[in-house]
Amino acid sequence: MTEPLIYDLGAPGRFAVQMPEPDVPLTEMPALIVRDELNLPEVSEIDIVRHYTRLSSLNHSIDKGFYPLGSCTMKYNPRINEDMARLPGFAGIHPLQDEETIQGALFLTFVLQEWLKEIGGFAGVSLQPAAGAHGEFAGILMMRAYHLDRGDTKRTKILIPDSAHGTNPASTTMSGLEVLEIPSDERGNVDLKSLRAACDDTVVGLMITNPNTLGMFEEQIEEVVGLIQNCGGLVYGDGANMNALLGVARPGDMAFDVMHYNLHKTFGTPHGGGGPGSGPVGVSERLLPFLPGPIVETIQPGDTNDEGDLAETPHHRLVMPEKSIGRMTAFYGHFSIFVRAYTYIRMHGPEGMRRIAEHAVLNANYLQTLVSKIFPIPFGNRACMHEFVAEGKVKGSDVRALDVAKRLMDFGFHPPTNYFPLIVHEALMIEPTETESRQTLDRFAEALAQIAREAVQDPELLHTAPHCTPIARLDEVRAARDLVICSWGQSG
Amino acid sequence: MVYIPHTDADREAMLEAIGVKGIDELFDCVPEQFRFPELDLPEPLTEMEAADELSKIADYNLSANLTTTFLGAGAYYHYIPSVVDHILRRGEFYTAYTPYQPEVSQGTLQAIFEYQSMICALTGMEASNASHYDGATSLAEAVIMALNVQRGRRKRIILSPDIHPHYRAVVRTYTQGMGLELIEDPAIADLESLKRALDANTALLAVQTPSFFGQVDDLMGLADEVHSVGALLCVVTNPISLGLFTAPGHLGADIVVGDGQPLGIPLSLGGPYLGFFATRKKYVRKMAGRLVGETVDTSGKRGYVLTLSTREQHIRRQRATSNICTNQGLMMLAAAVYLSTMGKRGLRQVAELCFHKAHYAAAQIDVLKGYSVVQRHERPFFNEFAVQCPRPVTEINEYLLDNWGIIGGYDLGRDYPQRKDQMLIAVTEMNTREEIDILATALAEVEHD
Repeated sequence: MTEPLIYDLGAPGRFAVQMPEPDVPLTEMPALIVRDELNLPEVSEIDIVRHYTRLSSLNHSIDKGFYPLGSCTMKYNPRINEDMARLPGFAGIHPLQDEETIQGALFLTFVLQEWLKEIGGFAGVSLQPAAGAHGEFAGILMMRAYHLDRGDTKRTKILIPDSAHGTNPASTTMSGLEVLEIPSDERGNVDLKSLRAACDDTVVGLMITNPNTLGMFEEQIEEVVGLIQNCGGLVYGDGANMNALLGVARPGDMAFDVMHYNLHKTFGTPHGGGGPGSGPVGVSERLLPFLPGPIVETIQPGDTNDEGDLAETPHHRLVMPEKSIGRMTAFYGHFSIFVRAYTYIRMHGPEGMRRIAEHAVLNANYLQTLVSKIFPIPFGNRACMHEFVAEGKVKGSDVRALDVAKRLMDFGFHPPTNYFPLIVHEALMIEPTETESRQTLDRFAEALAQIAREAVQDPELLHTAPHCTPIARLDEVRAARDLVICSWGQSG
Repeated sequence: MVYIPHTDADREAMLEAIGVKGIDELFDCVPEQFRFPELDLPEPLTEMEAADELSKIADYNLSANLTTTFLGAGAYYHYIPSVVDHILRRGEFYTAYTPYQPEVSQGTLQAIFEYQSMICALTGMEASNASHYDGATSLAEAVIMALNVQRGRRKRIILSPDIHPHYRAVVRTYTQGMGLELIEDPAIADLESLKRALDANTALLAVQTPSFFGQVDDLMGLADEVHSVGALLCVVTNPISLGLFTAPGHLGADIVVGDGQPLGIPLSLGGPYLGFFATRKKYVRKMAGRLVGETVDTSGKRGYVLTLSTREQHIRRQRATSNICTNQGLMMLAAAVYLSTMGKRGLRQVAELCFHKAHYAAAQIDVLKGYSVVQRHERPFFNEFAVQCPRPVTEINEYLLDNWGIIGGYDLGRDYPQRKDQMLIAVTEMNTREEIDILATALAEVEHD
């Protein structure tokens, strides 16, 4: 059954909410600018509840089953975090309230800044950016501002490995800089020879994902960082894969200048069907003055406060870093996501952080071992980190990674990321995360084994998969050609 | 270990299958001097203890439900019908990822499609994307889209100084590497001066209505003038005001943006909110962000997919329309449920309540000795208005909070030196007549104090 559109559920004059009558005298409306049409649904509350409940049942979600979507870190989202974010003392505060009335929120924000600094090994953190790509953009703007501030105007290039997420080059373009792509070597690392050839005094810096999108730790990370810094460039770390490094290694210790964290990947905050995320940036000492702001600083007893008096109690205030690249969002970033991440880190502690990374990597290696008996794994001759990339190809069959992905849905699993990274043909990028049990991983590998057998015995079954989902494969070409993007059909 | 299901037996069996002796061995690729740092973090709490700590931190904040608030300036305290959060709390929605696999994401995809439709209805436009981070970043993306529509040949962007100062700040952040001529001169606030700044190099003119000061401008005719020099018109607006006032799309706007926070999203110290973005269908291929389109499956059944993905970073990389990836999925859902709940009738009621209560408050305050409502050109206003005060706004707000438990309005002097001692007061359906009367009494007291 297809779920009707909400516009088709109602009836003229039906409504779901009753607002109070005005308790003040009425003012005459400026008739010229008052509208008379407004095409919104006219439905009752039960229509709404049933409609969205039925829609929700059409989704796969972490709550429903395994979600090994590579690069997305689909780990369990703890329920307690949701309750904490909804406490009225957090949900009901206005961003422009007097700082004295939001000291709890500023304290929490400050502490989270400090914890992220410690976890990443950085000198400073700003929680402004709203998502990973937004953090990348902030990072590149800071790198650009740093060079300009030193009067170094020749630098226009950002070096990016060919295995990088698409957001890396896109963020570079938005910053008004050029992208120079660097190939990978046969072990999945950045190709040092090509990198060396690209390093000169026009380089703003390098964007590197470590572990990279193949799930491999960059074995020559010290040489890579050295080459960039010797030519006067800065190193940007894409923190998308930080789940593998919690308590294991700190990018700041490896002389990275800037990195974004994805709170919605590494720190268990929900993905929300495509956001809201949160993409704080951490920086080394030399980039501190350029951080996006405002950020929170603490005043200790004995420090001078805003009025020039000595402070008696510790308190927190919002400040704009000295040479800040500016605001990334209208206010302070995604505060309710900070509350969730704070709760998560608070319940893990230092040992817990390391346990997360250890089990994420244990799960990935265990699953890689099982999957390597079924599908080729191009860089599988070494231990992976939190994820690995298989090739969705079966000897003696014409099935593709897409077919394997779609067939997995029939077994109740969300497919891995496919066709990324671009440097592996027919890529199936698999990230199990630490919150999955061994039984789940075993069942997933068994499903893949069965699919590989089907690929030879009955390839058509895969070509036409999925068969057990609410809907079959969709005509994407038609969607782009006819472009119906609004309930009243081909508008415009 | 919280949330990690492994038993000792599991670990042993898994390590044996992999062929290593211990978990540490899996990290041999990490250079030894960096491996396993001691993290200086507090020792872990149980869920019970953490809940207690977080509640105590929350208690150090003064929340809107415990007080009376007249603070707006881009974030508003509105009623959120109960049903909104009940839908948002469904794990099927909030623990899903971006709907890249349509066969198992029809719930999210159809919800986005319906949201796009409601935003089109509200703004009078033809195409809405699935969201940006907030109103400010929506405006920044509008600037970038206008540059792309002009293929980078035009470099002048005119921002009305009546646009939220933080929105303009975000535009400055976004465009600092683009070599633009950004005009936001406080002297050219009125529409006539803005029109005079238009030239053949202008890619976009952006105005805000209701303005940052709450005033509603009549935009009739503005679009024609903007189009006559080949530029685009962007209107920043408050979605609740669209329950009452003419949609910008019906006045010729090319892009309509704003913050969807008033549509069922809590204040939460400024985020996460919702950037809505709507445009004309002819510009849809230049628009950033995700877009859902209708299609059919192999058996002819109606379904939804993410479409025109070739605009986006995961396909187009450095030639994408924007770098945006994760957006505001769950906030989009909140707005869609809110708009369905309010419907045509309810949204109009909320908008009217805001309008009447704000006008009542303005009338009460305007007669107070030392206070006057500031209205430029006698334009009507919506739910916010500026008041010239007899004393610095910070002093008045301190008095209101300490003596009456009232959170006062925004100090306009912070962003506009010429508006020293002016307070921006917001009134929504949440403010009762009694609260407004108390505010007037308290303000009168400050003057006498």
